[in-house]
Amino acid sequence: MNFKTLAAALFTLGVLAAPAAQAVTEIQWWHSMGGALGEALNGLANKFNESQQDYKVVPVYKGQYPESMTAAIAAFRAGNAPHILQVFEVGTATMMAAKGAIVPVAKVMTDAKEPFDPKAYLPTVTGYYSDLKGNMLSFPFNSSTVMFYINKDAFRKAGLEPVAPKTWKEFLADAEKLKAAGQQCVYTTSWPSWMHVENFSAWHNIPIGTKQNGMGGLDTEFTINSPLQVRHIAMLGDMAKKGLFTYAGRTNQGDAKFYSGECAMFSGSAGAQAGIKKAAKFEWSINFIPYYDDVKGAPQNSIIGGASLWVMGGKKPIEYKGVAKFLAFLSEPKIQMEWHTTTGYVPITQASYELTRATGFYEKNPGADMPVKQLTNKPPTANSKGLRFGNYVQGREVIEEELEAVFAGKKDAQTALNDAVKRGNEILRKFQAANK
Amino acid sequence: MEKRVVFRSAWLPYALLAPQLAITVVFFFWPAGQAVWYSFQLQDAFGLHSEFVWFENFTALFADPHYLESFKTTAVFSVAVAGLGISISLLLATMADRVVRGALVYKTILIWPYAVAAAVAGVLWAFLFAPSIGIVTYVLKGFGVDWNWIIKGDQAMLLIIIASVWKQISYNFLFFLAGLQSIPKSLIEAAAIDGAGPARRFWTIVLPLLSPTAFFLLVVNIVYAFFDTFGVIDATTMGGPAQATQILVYKVYHDGIKSADIGGSSAQSVILMIIVIALTAAQFKYIERKVQY
Repeated sequence: MNFKTLAAALFTLGVLAAPAAQAVTEIQWWHSMGGALGEALNGLANKFNESQQDYKVVPVYKGQYPESMTAAIAAFRAGNAPHILQVFEVGTATMMAAKGAIVPVAKVMTDAKEPFDPKAYLPTVTGYYSDLKGNMLSFPFNSSTVMFYINKDAFRKAGLEPVAPKTWKEFLADAEKLKAAGQQCVYTTSWPSWMHVENFSAWHNIPIGTKQNGMGGLDTEFTINSPLQVRHIAMLGDMAKKGLFTYAGRTNQGDAKFYSGECAMFSGSAGAQAGIKKAAKFEWSINFIPYYDDVKGAPQNSIIGGASLWVMGGKKPIEYKGVAKFLAFLSEPKIQMEWHTTTGYVPITQASYELTRATGFYEKNPGADMPVKQLTNKPPTANSKGLRFGNYVQGREVIEEELEAVFAGKKDAQTALNDAVKRGNEILRKFQAANK
Repeated sequence: MEKRVVFRSAWLPYALLAPQLAITVVFFFWPAGQAVWYSFQLQDAFGLHSEFVWFENFTALFADPHYLESFKTTAVFSVAVAGLGISISLLLATMADRVVRGALVYKTILIWPYAVAAAVAGVLWAFLFAPSIGIVTYVLKGFGVDWNWIIKGDQAMLLIIIASVWKQISYNFLFFLAGLQSIPKSLIEAAAIDGAGPARRFWTIVLPLLSPTAFFLLVVNIVYAFFDTFGVIDATTMGGPAQATQILVYKVYHDGIKSADIGGSSAQSVILMIIVIALTAAQFKYIERKVQY
């Protein structure tokens, strides 16, 4: 084939392909849902694409939460940001401060004249993603909380009742019995800081930062070195030394250790249920996280985690229309129910929670409503509403580094948490200076 | 006789140099200049707001004990990688040089790892040493070694050293083998006739004659350990646990890309740039003098 025929062929191809490309507006959606969660997410996008002809949502997996956020920041600086970006809860403050880079979800919806009522969402969820005036800035997509799972078969093998421990004291006793019965990995956790610092503190109604955990202003400071927090981290450090706690890493590496049957007890996201359901070849249960019964008022309520969808700035109006349509689609009770029941994430609208209950899903799947129950265990206080720290991606990493030092036996809990506070506050001050 | 080309045209030499200069300016000087510029700024993640802060980023760095710790980590890591990489490959090259039968197969296999991408090498070794499913971990458990580099810093360091050395050995091996083969056989034979054993011949004849190669490899290996091991680290430890494997270049990436601290990260790369310039200059000025050509 000579050059001319090749060029002609390419031209014809281009002409043929062009009409199809013009009619559909593509909406890029960068996310961090791998494995079973990714399949569920692709299912949502396909359903939306089949439901209408004007827009096509293209989900792109961009790695774990920190990676996709970083990729989007780099893409924004280069002028190629996606339309929709899934950002984990700790990135919220950074996204909120980036006023020119994002478009508030409330504005996207009003501009496109899509029906949108922030009150339809669970208050614990909306509060996390709204500004002080109550405008919803990002769309709560996959909200979860941290839950406590046990491998019932492993409990039985160790001669224990297959019931999850309610308090940390019982937890420790069970751990020792499991170890004595030859269990190699007794307990592991995903998201160490989220579980053992953030949720632990909310669950016991103590603050992790001044100014209502940072919700009240950028001049917040960490307070994670109080006696109760030190006591808890010291207990974990001690367990690690005795081989009762196997550290798995900073993200969700713990999930696999649990559903492979390696570890008998595990704390991780409510969203981990999707993977466990798919892979676990043993009987398991999902439970409230343990608490110290000598702490007054405990247990309080746990806080959400997971991620929300941010709409990025600098796109065409027609594309924003498509984004609004898609977000409205995602809020439909039926779609919410499907997402909630397949993934284990919390239903984020009141209507979808009720719809799920009406279908009898919770009777058939005992424990599936545990996350909602734990989130709404008591009306939230200033300590258990959530958190908002600038550059908390980095801040959480500092906390996790210090926790690792404790679990490796290099530092005692008090020193490590003092160091975490000191280093964390430096990050907060830097963020405050950069976002005056 | 001296050969010299004289350009009569005033612009031709510049025109001939232009492409290379353009590449150097666009891909080296421009980014380096940008790093210097950003290192004096305080900027938010999205680049929407920036402020000139003079040397604040630098003072903050040197007040950070973790940054100073990273220097130590880098020193340990690069000395280990360069030292082990060079000595192991020298050993292998001397052995390969003596092999007569099947030499080609032997050499080819030794050169293979060089074709493996750094990230792949990292993943490979990470799998072998994976805390719960690794084969090596399983064997080590049999010997009573509790292997978990996810939490143990020294083991994590060992892992990235092994992976980095393994990957660099082929390159060093190739150069050493070429160096060995260019040593005149007559010298070695003469020494042998004079009664020098294999060890003596190696230390007094082979090694001095290999010193230019060894010096070249030292420079290359140090630069490799400083920069090219990034892929290995990112695919395995990601600088953890508790920054035990966070070498300088990884910290630049981590602080700049992951933590979106452009100013602090740029300040680090400026420092890194100064270190490498100084190191290379020192190597050529002092060490090269002692090398026998």
